[in-house]
Amino acid sequence: MSTKLVEPQTSNGTAHSKTAAGQDLYKHPDYFLVEELLTDEHRLIRESVQAWVKKEVSPIIEDYAQRAAFPHQLLKGLGEIGAFGPTIPVEYGGSGLDYISYGIIMQELERGDSGIRSTASVQSSLVMYPIYTFGTEEQRKKYLPKLATGEMMGCFGLTEPDHGSNPGGMVTTIKDKGDHYLLNGAKMWISNSPFADIAVVWAKDEEGIIRGLIVERGMEGFTTPEIHGKWSLRASATGELVFDNVKVPKENLLPKSKGLKSPLMCLSSARFGIAWGAIGAASDCYDSALRYSLQREQFGKPIAAFQLTQKKLAEMITEITKAQLLAWRLGVLKNEGRATPAQISMGKRNNVDMALKIAREARQIHGGMGISGEYSIMRHSMNLESVVTYEGTHDIHLLITGMDVTGINAFM
Amino acid sequence: MNILVCICKTPDTTAKITFSDNNTKFDTTNVQWIMNPTDEWYALVRGIELKNQLGGKVTVVNVGQSDSDQIIRKALAIGADNAVRIDAEPVDSYFVASQIAAYAKAQNFDVIFTGKESIDYNSFAVGGMLAEMLDIPYISLATKLEMEGNTATIDREIEGGIEKVQVDTPFVASGQKGLAEQLIPNMRGIMMARRKPLNVVPAVDVETLSSITEYELPPARSSVKLVDADNPAELVRLLHEEAKVI
Repeated sequence: MSTKLVEPQTSNGTAHSKTAAGQDLYKHPDYFLVEELLTDEHRLIRESVQAWVKKEVSPIIEDYAQRAAFPHQLLKGLGEIGAFGPTIPVEYGGSGLDYISYGIIMQELERGDSGIRSTASVQSSLVMYPIYTFGTEEQRKKYLPKLATGEMMGCFGLTEPDHGSNPGGMVTTIKDKGDHYLLNGAKMWISNSPFADIAVVWAKDEEGIIRGLIVERGMEGFTTPEIHGKWSLRASATGELVFDNVKVPKENLLPKSKGLKSPLMCLSSARFGIAWGAIGAASDCYDSALRYSLQREQFGKPIAAFQLTQKKLAEMITEITKAQLLAWRLGVLKNEGRATPAQISMGKRNNVDMALKIAREARQIHGGMGISGEYSIMRHSMNLESVVTYEGTHDIHLLITGMDVTGINAFM
Repeated sequence: MNILVCICKTPDTTAKITFSDNNTKFDTTNVQWIMNPTDEWYALVRGIELKNQLGGKVTVVNVGQSDSDQIIRKALAIGADNAVRIDAEPVDSYFVASQIAAYAKAQNFDVIFTGKESIDYNSFAVGGMLAEMLDIPYISLATKLEMEGNTATIDREIEGGIEKVQVDTPFVASGQKGLAEQLIPNMRGIMMARRKPLNVVPAVDVETLSSITEYELPPARSSVKLVDADNPAELVRLLHEEAKVI
């Protein structure tokens, strides 16, 4: 029923809008009383995930990001709190919640760190969602309950070294060998790949149709080398998926997946979560900048008293408020089954762009402290440099909106 | 074990407290409400732990109006089995205790928990009054509570130490820090709370024994004088001549 909390671990590099004692003082900004548009249950979800992040993520995350290490110990807690597959029905181990609830969970996780939110996004939208949507009943029962608890972790293989914005050009293939498929190719920039137990992989069959398969760690010829040297999402594990004549049992094909539309449906689900998640990162930067500017004095007064600081803060809270309203409306449409991929694309693009700009402005308000691990700002800013191009780059999302309003495809 | 946990709503600890009507009313405009922390973190959680260990059920009771429902749902999400809201504005401790006693009399609860105090009016009074009205023992300020059969062994805080008490059910105990640790409701619990019963029952007639005539905010914090660490004589002079404490 509930998550038993352990005492937060301490580290010498704790962060987040905090006091000298290292306490996470974050307060959710709600300038337009947007929470009145939500239910009591939604508010309880926000408070609960926020409380979990304050206890489990804030005290340790800066240290892990600095060391470019993934905090594996959080996986169990993420499963217990219900961050994996919250919209999946209870009978498969999910919580059966609506999409606004999912969005709120992503928002609060990303308030802690975009990498932690990415892990939950991938597990929920890119692994559990396709198994639930395109899988057989046996696949659902075999994988979903374990994925929900975090006992089993998954990753999603679509992007390839030479095919990012153009996934339809992928060269990973499956060949029907009678009692199995033979899988060959490679995937790149895969969140969670270095430790994932399973991968939902997209590959072309002999007819050139994109199909989804579940590839399990341990299958011969399947390796997951880690990508090192990232300056972004440093507390998240990113890697490759390499398939060298991997024999995948036929029952691992996701039978209802057919064509590029299937992985794009997964991406729409993940992008919806990112549209909310980015608000969390932006809110943490704003909250920290507001508090810092009221405490930091120059020329005998708080820097919040200077007009250029107020301009920054005023623009930040305005943009956060607009993003909150956009995400809320998107959530209502998604709950009603009416959110279009183009609307979700706009939500992702606008809110991540908003968050990245706010992180950069917040960094300036923090002055020198803005680049220090004492505050969360630089980490958010660097993380958002990934978020702005993953799950569809900012430019590709502009083209999606462009095509939606003009009817003209400008991708090629 | 049939366990009752008394919960109330209090203003969020970060709420800005203001008064209206010539300082005779607490202005609740824009105040966010939370479950009283000592009710939630200690009383409710220990109640749920005992139920998980020994079986039975946990009922939460609140004296309040519909704006209490959000904190009641939270209690259900954390793990209480059912909830009762006695539909009345909680006027004072005697009123609240009388309402809960009227409800609890017919229910045969083995253990009744309260938090040690509510963090708004800090009266510390409901638990003791409730025990008296039900004519059962009251153990206040519990920091540890273990059950064996029908007997509870309770550590309670006393000045400078701990007092160990044994008491048979039924009894009332007020919990404080140490009795349990905070539980954060998870998504499954929040979703399941929807289906748990929240019964709203009418209040009984109770005489109001007290009323608030005026509120007063604590004096604003005065400014701080920093004394150089190398100058203890100045510190002594200030304490003697200005603060007049030595």
